[in-house]
Amino acid sequence: MPQVTLTVNGKQHTVEVENRTLLVEVLREKLALTGTHVGCDTSQCGACVVHVDGISAKSCTMLAVQAAGTSVTTIEGLAKPDGTLHPMQEMFREHHALQCGFCTPGMVMSAIDLVNNHPGGITEQEIRDGLEGNLCRCTGYHNIVKAIAAAHPLMHGKA
Amino acid sequence: MYDFAYQKPGSLADAVKALGADGDAKALAGGMTYIPVLKQRLAKPSTVVDLSGLGMKGISVAGGVVKIGAMTTHMTVANSAEVKSAIPALAALAGMIGDDAVRHRGTIGGSIANNDPAADYPAAALALGATIVTDRRSIKADDFFTGMFSTALEQGEIITAVEFPVPAKAAYEKFRNPASRYAIVGVFVARTAGGARVAVTGAGQGGVFRHAEMEKALTGNFSAAAIKGIKTPPNDLNGDIHASSEYRAHLVGVIAGRAVAKAG
Amino acid sequence: MAFEGIGASVRRKEDARFLNGRGNYTDDINRPGQLHAYVKRSDRPHAKINSIDTAAASKAPGVVAVFTGADIAAENIGGLPCGWQIHNKDGSPMAEPPHPVIAVGKVRHVGDPIAVVIAETKQQAKDAAELVAIDYTDLPAAASLAAALAPGAATVHDDVPGNICYDWHIGDKAIVDGVFANAHKVVRLDLTNNRLIPNAMEPRAAVGDYDVNSGEYTLYTTSQNPHVIRLLMGAFVLHIPENKLRVVAPDVGGGFGSKIYHYAEEAIVTWASAKVRRPVKWTAERTESFMSDAHGRDHVSTAEMAIDAQGTFLGLRVSTQANMGAYLSTFAPCVPTYLYATLLAGTYKTPVIYCEVKAVFTNTVPVDAYRGAGRPEATFLLERLVDAVAYDTGIDRVDIRRRNFIPADAFPYQTPVALQYDSGDYQTTLAVALKNADWAGFEARRTAAKARGKLRGIGISTYLEACGIAPSAVAGSLGARAGLYEVANIRVHPTGSVTVFTGSHSHGQGHETTFAQLVVDQLGVPLDQIDVVHGDTAKIPFGMGTYGSRSLAVGGSAMVKAMDKIIAKGKKIAAHLMEASVEDIEFANNTFTVAGTDKSKTLTDISLTAYVPHNYPIDELEPGLDETAFYDPKNFTFPGGCHISEVEIDPDTGTVAVVNFTAVDDVGRVINPMIVEGQVQGGIAQGIGQALLEAAIYDESGQLISGSMMDYTMPRADNLPNIHVATENTMCTHNPLGSKGCGEVGAIGSPPAVINAICDALKDYGVRHMNMPATSGKIWSIINAGPSKMAAD
Repeated sequence: MPQVTLTVNGKQHTVEVENRTLLVEVLREKLALTGTHVGCDTSQCGACVVHVDGISAKSCTMLAVQAAGTSVTTIEGLAKPDGTLHPMQEMFREHHALQCGFCTPGMVMSAIDLVNNHPGGITEQEIRDGLEGNLCRCTGYHNIVKAIAAAHPLMHGKA
Repeated sequence: MYDFAYQKPGSLADAVKALGADGDAKALAGGMTYIPVLKQRLAKPSTVVDLSGLGMKGISVAGGVVKIGAMTTHMTVANSAEVKSAIPALAALAGMIGDDAVRHRGTIGGSIANNDPAADYPAAALALGATIVTDRRSIKADDFFTGMFSTALEQGEIITAVEFPVPAKAAYEKFRNPASRYAIVGVFVARTAGGARVAVTGAGQGGVFRHAEMEKALTGNFSAAAIKGIKTPPNDLNGDIHASSEYRAHLVGVIAGRAVAKAG
Repeated sequence: MAFEGIGASVRRKEDARFLNGRGNYTDDINRPGQLHAYVKRSDRPHAKINSIDTAAASKAPGVVAVFTGADIAAENIGGLPCGWQIHNKDGSPMAEPPHPVIAVGKVRHVGDPIAVVIAETKQQAKDAAELVAIDYTDLPAAASLAAALAPGAATVHDDVPGNICYDWHIGDKAIVDGVFANAHKVVRLDLTNNRLIPNAMEPRAAVGDYDVNSGEYTLYTTSQNPHVIRLLMGAFVLHIPENKLRVVAPDVGGGFGSKIYHYAEEAIVTWASAKVRRPVKWTAERTESFMSDAHGRDHVSTAEMAIDAQGTFLGLRVSTQANMGAYLSTFAPCVPTYLYATLLAGTYKTPVIYCEVKAVFTNTVPVDAYRGAGRPEATFLLERLVDAVAYDTGIDRVDIRRRNFIPADAFPYQTPVALQYDSGDYQTTLAVALKNADWAGFEARRTAAKARGKLRGIGISTYLEACGIAPSAVAGSLGARAGLYEVANIRVHPTGSVTVFTGSHSHGQGHETTFAQLVVDQLGVPLDQIDVVHGDTAKIPFGMGTYGSRSLAVGGSAMVKAMDKIIAKGKKIAAHLMEASVEDIEFANNTFTVAGTDKSKTLTDISLTAYVPHNYPIDELEPGLDETAFYDPKNFTFPGGCHISEVEIDPDTGTVAVVNFTAVDDVGRVINPMIVEGQVQGGIAQGIGQALLEAAIYDESGQLISGSMMDYTMPRADNLPNIHVATENTMCTHNPLGSKGCGEVGAIGSPPAVINAICDALKDYGVRHMNMPATSGKIWSIINAGPSKMAAD
């Protein structure tokens, strides 16, 4: 069986996979990082979004073998070791941007990338457009948009 | 998905060899379309040849041509200062493909090689009169797209770059499928040295096509007004639960008009 | 310490685990030695099964077992039960054909389970499933209401002629017909309520785990009501007594109704885990969800309102066809009857109402309750009909509502369709909504939009719904095969911290926070010393679960009752300790006080004494401070309110944008305003989804065309506006909290507000009605037909 070595949340792992194994299957089934979810099979819902080498990727649309040598960050790797939440996590909590929590990991990972890519500021429309790849069935997005807007200044050191 | 053998060659020659040796081998670029196809078990390749070890990334502008390496991601093109300056419409188009996560991994070569009838890049390639450069030859866009999911590429032939002549002006507009967000109608208009060119994606049963009547009208007068009354026959257009062929025909006119207006 | 009791927007206790990826959803659970099941499903809408050959699949790598309907039929296993029996007009019971766990003899919809492959890995199971060879003879399919009711239609069940599940009615037809015969005017509307696919973001999953030594079965499942699943599956399907069957519904990623029902896969993994003596997991791929989760809505109706010259509603007459799908899902029969026709009075004092409903079997996925369940269908019909009355008479849309509202001083109000509303103030919710939406300023906005080339419209919906289901005796008399009370166990621990065990189930509603706030309020215990446990039949005494916006009104009331018992017992202990009479003990702010003195004991003093009963009235009182209450509601609750939607249409493309949405709801007592706002916003998003985007579409042959998210339009962030939510509450008069419920109001009130706005925007095109979803293509075809042409479908 092929072996893949990758770094996940700062820790290097070597795992046996099939060539058809998806990155999300490695995370959930081999590494027990079940925070990354699978909500669809057509690469649309974004529940599986992680960061691969610092940028957002749908881990359900990436083969594990493609992830060899990369550094992956999942939702489990966001908070500091002392439990301090990432500003995006904190703003999701503060603004009630999650209900059932299933889309939340992917939503947070996408949102961080989105804010990273808009250092100069982000409008409500840019946030809504930027969430095209993430579905939420609970919140109506209203509070997610608010949370991301609130996280922006925190992430860019303007608050 | 079905299992397959996996190769990640380090050179173009090796990749060509791997693909050429096996008719059931398939190239994998960003995988944003192909991995979903595999997941649905709609394809059963013997070998997947991962092109990510070949380089073929990067953007250069010289002699009135924007050359983009086949493995360059949509996000790179969308954010590229060179592309934004030379052909802003092309950068804008790249920024309209899929979502951020898709743009991070999806590549121009993959998009063009796949020739999905609702993909965006084929419209740019056709309207700008691009040249598709492969491991063995250069193919004019007009000769490249041969029908839905069908191109002039031979088995094992690999796109290495796409060259876009810089137009006088250009713009891309699209009307998205509300569910998939692929183009129901996407229109790329360009005013080039050889006259106006209009390419329509999403709408045609045979994939991307040039709109001769609009090109003619725009060549004389590059303005939205010039194509206002032009009707697109619905006969050869797709119809589905999201848009009838008549609606698509109407949208071709609307979206083309908006693209021309946007081009300025 | 910040205020944490009733009325505080406390941030949610459950968020910490969800935000850190530490939720525990069913698919996150892996049992030692676990196998994986893949369900082979019919790709035929309707076909006779001639043979199934599992030999090749059985020999495939990793395969442990392959089961078909014949294997199930050979065991002591029942079909999937239906929990509600409706009676026909003539008093005879509805048709209730068997619903086999795995198809036997025939498949009746695309997605019908036909075999299950159990293998070491998910991929091996799926690989092997391709080797299961089925010989079918295709049969003609009845894929829609119209097709199933047509003369000579294919019959979905051989013993159900005409595909009629039931032909039911409510009201006195002769009286209503008499009113119509003498009415000044009759306004008629034909409408459909579009079929929807719930698509909770977490796909269904189930893990069965049989313990050979104890003979105990454990089922982990994505359920809104684990005790109900235990009851249905244990008693009717697998015949396992409750003491040997534990059902755990851990974190559940959204339900919206679709996870109420007992599904075949739950029975399959539970049964199979004993057959193969290893745990068995099944997780739906989204494509499977589309063809196996219960769908929602799917009505075709004719509605008529009789009015006098002033627009007063004199009578309502409705005829509805409701699609049941191929089999009866758990609660399907009650949705288009007692959750629908009883709502047709709405907020209006219409004196007489008659409604008849034909429930119809079709070769489609079973249809059952989806967020709102019957009430969105009733509301869409009624609020569209009221706008049609306005359209046909020229009376202003707001005026006609005001004229016909049940006045605030008329409560309790007995409707002509069985329900008795306890409270409400529809004039107020309307007035506040009009103000919040700046209704008066709309025409200026319409003019401004026109200058930008856009068609702007505004629409209103003044809805009412019934939830907090339900008084068990009433539900039973209407055909429910279960009680609909709720259960709470409040455990005050020795040191004064509290654990709440509730039969309600949270799958996004924030119960762990809201319910804890009830304890803060009543017992004065700080929030961080309260935990709420739900979703496990081994931990919770009993429960009926979460649906029908019942968790606070019914489940919360059970908690209040249990805490009343805690306080009553605590008073006895306090009286003993302080040598006072029980009647003199008062309890407030976590403290028992002897009235008129400064003698007091904290709850912790009392709980410690209860568990260390050295100085204790042991002859009269048992030790411990742990009380359980079963609360059976006295009535439904009746949230209502006003939703106003403002849309802009791009006439060139037909695209609709909802540019403003204002909701003013009466949900009774609000425990956590932040959570209520979130619930309403989410419900409205689903309502806007129904109005503009979502449609489950079958082709004539019975294939599901919108069978993935590539074709079924899920609302995204850029489809939705900011949603302005406010409440104007009157208290529920019959439960101890005064709460009515907020989970469904958004999905119920919003669709007609959106469609009414679209019809308003298109009024120059002669549009009197439009069915949902109002897609751009549909609107373009109207605009393309030109002004004043009747082009709505």
